[in-house]
Amino acid sequence: MDSSRQLLQYILSGLSNGAIYALIGFGFAIIHNATGIINFAQGEFVMLGGMLTIFFLVFLHLPLGPAIVLAITIATLVGIAFERLTIRPLKNVKPLNLIIITIGASIFIRGAAMLIWGKDTHALPAFSGNDPLYIAGATILPQHLWIFGISVLIIILNKVFFNYTIIGKAMRACAYNSYAASLVGIDVKTMVLLSFVISSAIGSMAGIIIAPLTMTSYDVGIMLGLKGFCAVIIGGMSSGLGTILGGLLLGLLESLGAGYISASYKDAIAFIILLLILFIRPEGLFKKKETERV
Amino acid sequence: MTKERRQILIFLFFAAAVLVIPFFLKGSYFLNVLVFIGINTMLAVALNLLLGYAGQISLGHAAFFGLGAYISGILTTRFPVDPWLAMMLAGFCAAGLAFVIGFPILKLKGHYLAMATLGFGIIMYIIFNETVGWTGGPSGLSSIPNLHIGSLFFDNDWNNYYLIWIFTLGIMLLSINLSQSRIGRALRAIHDSEVAARVMGVNVRILKVQIFTVSALLSAVAGSLYAHTMTFISPVAFGFNFSVELVTMVIIGGLGSIYGSFLGAAILTLLPELLRVFQDFDIVIYGLMLILITMFMPGGLISGIETLAKFVVSRIRGKQSNA
Amino acid sequence: MFKSVLKIFFALVFTLLMVGSVIAAPPIKIGALFSVSGPAAFLGEPERNTAQMLVNEINKAGGIKGRQLELVIIDTQGDATKAVQGVNKLIKDDKVVAIIGPSTTGDSMAVIPIVEKAEIPLISCAAGIKITDPVKKWIFKTAQNDALAVARIFEYLKKQKINKISILTVSDGFGSSGREQLVLQARESGFQIISDETYGPKDTDMTAQLTKIRGSNAQAIICWGTNPGPAIVARNVKQLGIKLPLFMSHGVSSKKFIELAGDAAEGIILPSGRVIVANQMPNKDPQKKATLSYVNSYQKLYKIEGDHFGGHAWDAMMLLKSAIEKGGDSPAAIRNQLEKTTKFAGIGGTFSYSPQDHAGLTKDAFVLVQIKKQAWTLVK
Repeated sequence: MDSSRQLLQYILSGLSNGAIYALIGFGFAIIHNATGIINFAQGEFVMLGGMLTIFFLVFLHLPLGPAIVLAITIATLVGIAFERLTIRPLKNVKPLNLIIITIGASIFIRGAAMLIWGKDTHALPAFSGNDPLYIAGATILPQHLWIFGISVLIIILNKVFFNYTIIGKAMRACAYNSYAASLVGIDVKTMVLLSFVISSAIGSMAGIIIAPLTMTSYDVGIMLGLKGFCAVIIGGMSSGLGTILGGLLLGLLESLGAGYISASYKDAIAFIILLLILFIRPEGLFKKKETERV
Repeated sequence: MTKERRQILIFLFFAAAVLVIPFFLKGSYFLNVLVFIGINTMLAVALNLLLGYAGQISLGHAAFFGLGAYISGILTTRFPVDPWLAMMLAGFCAAGLAFVIGFPILKLKGHYLAMATLGFGIIMYIIFNETVGWTGGPSGLSSIPNLHIGSLFFDNDWNNYYLIWIFTLGIMLLSINLSQSRIGRALRAIHDSEVAARVMGVNVRILKVQIFTVSALLSAVAGSLYAHTMTFISPVAFGFNFSVELVTMVIIGGLGSIYGSFLGAAILTLLPELLRVFQDFDIVIYGLMLILITMFMPGGLISGIETLAKFVVSRIRGKQSNA
Repeated sequence: MFKSVLKIFFALVFTLLMVGSVIAAPPIKIGALFSVSGPAAFLGEPERNTAQMLVNEINKAGGIKGRQLELVIIDTQGDATKAVQGVNKLIKDDKVVAIIGPSTTGDSMAVIPIVEKAEIPLISCAAGIKITDPVKKWIFKTAQNDALAVARIFEYLKKQKINKISILTVSDGFGSSGREQLVLQARESGFQIISDETYGPKDTDMTAQLTKIRGSNAQAIICWGTNPGPAIVARNVKQLGIKLPLFMSHGVSSKKFIELAGDAAEGIILPSGRVIVANQMPNKDPQKKATLSYVNSYQKLYKIEGDHFGGHAWDAMMLLKSAIEKGGDSPAAIRNQLEKTTKFAGIGGTFSYSPQDHAGLTKDAFVLVQIKKQAWTLVK
């Protein structure tokens, strides 16, 4: 039946997009949980991942593997520089100012990318070719499998890190209460730095695995960052299952909306979902309610 | 002299300068630039009411600007509505939308509010772009009629300058008035601590929505004026980038300062003109300015200027007492 | 003694300067509005490069009637507001006698009222048919109308006996203008539009729209947009295993499209100006000389191939040059000479203007090309 084939196609596309949103969302969640900040520049790390890889691949003629590793390393260094130069020096700064600073940083990184690499779009070669695979009449590309695979890997690593290692548990402690954490001997400053390192690494990885599908340019970070943020809001700012479900749900709803309602309003659908969640259940669909301390 | 009196005096001085400048710029292209500075100042002041006074961030304010422009444009091109009436209706609609959206949106704080307003801005942009039948979509809406009072048509730089700046001065005066009133003090209380303000008896929820509504109304009026002076509008001018530019104007000028908003608007309008050779650098410079000013001069450039002025005055006084 | 030597020296210098400034006639100032940065940079950058290259060549060869050309370029960034500010500056501050550009239809529509009022001739490099239809006294254009591109594709489809099509257009100025033409001409020529889908300029995935098309009885897909969207569409078509013939617009007649679409570009047909297949044209084609020389000089100077878009600026500049040579440098004279242009063999086509037609081209301005093995081949 053709309509079930269509439905399956929409579901597959939606899930693969959703996996990317979830990965980007992780970046937001990890930094937020360690520092209370929403890093508006998260989307730009996704962009850097793709752009840097293309740079190394095309201009320095490195093979794919080393290019990817180098790209993630540099993106992480940018993240560290960002934390060191703008976040660390600030004490007792109003949340409003922090938001402005991260917005400024995202604009700056984007502008720098435009100056260095120009405004062109670039295509990253797919990891294992472009021939479609058929699943019950719907098609996906090998790249989609890479996306699913790597996403699952990162999710598992995340879970292990935050639940079974000392450092991971220390970071979670900082998220709950940084004062108490410092009292028991946790170096909060290092935890903050580490959160940026992990976020920029995951973000740039996400950018690299989707670049073969969506192509990359200096301004892809804006929309991807926003969608990642939607994912993490739906999921409740968790660095685990919540965000994954949030991302997948967002991807699915977007894809089904584009297929059955209107493709032109696809982005509007994502943001309407965001607004609805923020209005009705701002703590996310997958988390218990919190109270705010005054 | 009381603080209020001094503020009025400063304003009169500023207004006089604004009204006199065109006589020195007859026929110059710079007059055209000043018209745009005027519109941007209106928008920056409107945003400042929300951002600077009440401390509520909005990353989607270009949406109200666009809404005003499009309602005005559609009513005067697809229907035979008088431009002035269209402007009033545009303001009214924007205010209405802001009022309705305001209640749920302003329950949010900090980053969540930022993202929600951002999302709202993008939804509006998509609507402007896709409802081709009304807005002309990406090709834009053209042949929007000029405003006119009797036989005086606002279709050249000279007339437009005065039209825009009369409105701008009016909005600035309104904001100064507001800041000195009870409402202004209540807003500042909210900015510092919502809970404390609530405890003091301020109806936080209603007040936030009210200021959001006023801000939206003023932005829409600016949008309408923009549409009737440009005679052509397209969605590009009302997107996320412009919303960020507006926030940048307010921050650079100085949160909560009316003249700061003027300064911010002037700088961001002039920068592309001056940097014509370095045009690719503008994004990087905006980002850098945002970071540096927020980190080192959170009061904006206006606070820098005030500090400088005080320093100079104290030096002069010092010299006088020494002499 | 010394004082008198100094006096004579200064007198000589002064006289030379005066004589010099009288002999060196003031340059002819021409304004240019191009979207060099921003979303339409792929149009504005080659256009600006081409205009600069030509002005330098003309000046080196002695200028026009002994007077040097001065080109004042303003980057509109693809933003209509900046275009309006720019055109005001060119007219009031720089006092140019003619303007070439803008690069985009949106920018062009924004500046037209101002240019008409100021009575300065403008040669737009944008494709929108609305720019010169209805005809406006001072406005001309060099880029081929999208109407002609659509006509070319439909002509080919008719030969292939295809009459059910699906269209997929981008929601920006170029795409919506193309869509209007597709719908209009489909109705006139008896084509049935099975589905009419759109996508956003920044969208990265069009599988939703294409899945719908896959499930319909369309016989061909026409995609109308500019990079990178159509490249993604091409890849998605391959990904979904759609075997229908895929047509594109002239918006992607550049090497960049082949680069972005990779293998998925194989077999795609689109209308284009002759410049991208300049060396495949028959020798008796009147445009062959101009297109080949343009491609070569651009390549020498900028190290990449001159393309279809830069060609619009070439045509505008050369048409202007010819008009000034014939009629002088006042705006009115330039306008009159432009309107009298007949059979000017340029890059975009052979131009013939008239008081009723300020676009100057017919559908022969386009050839159909097909991508075979990552290169352009002429479709006979």
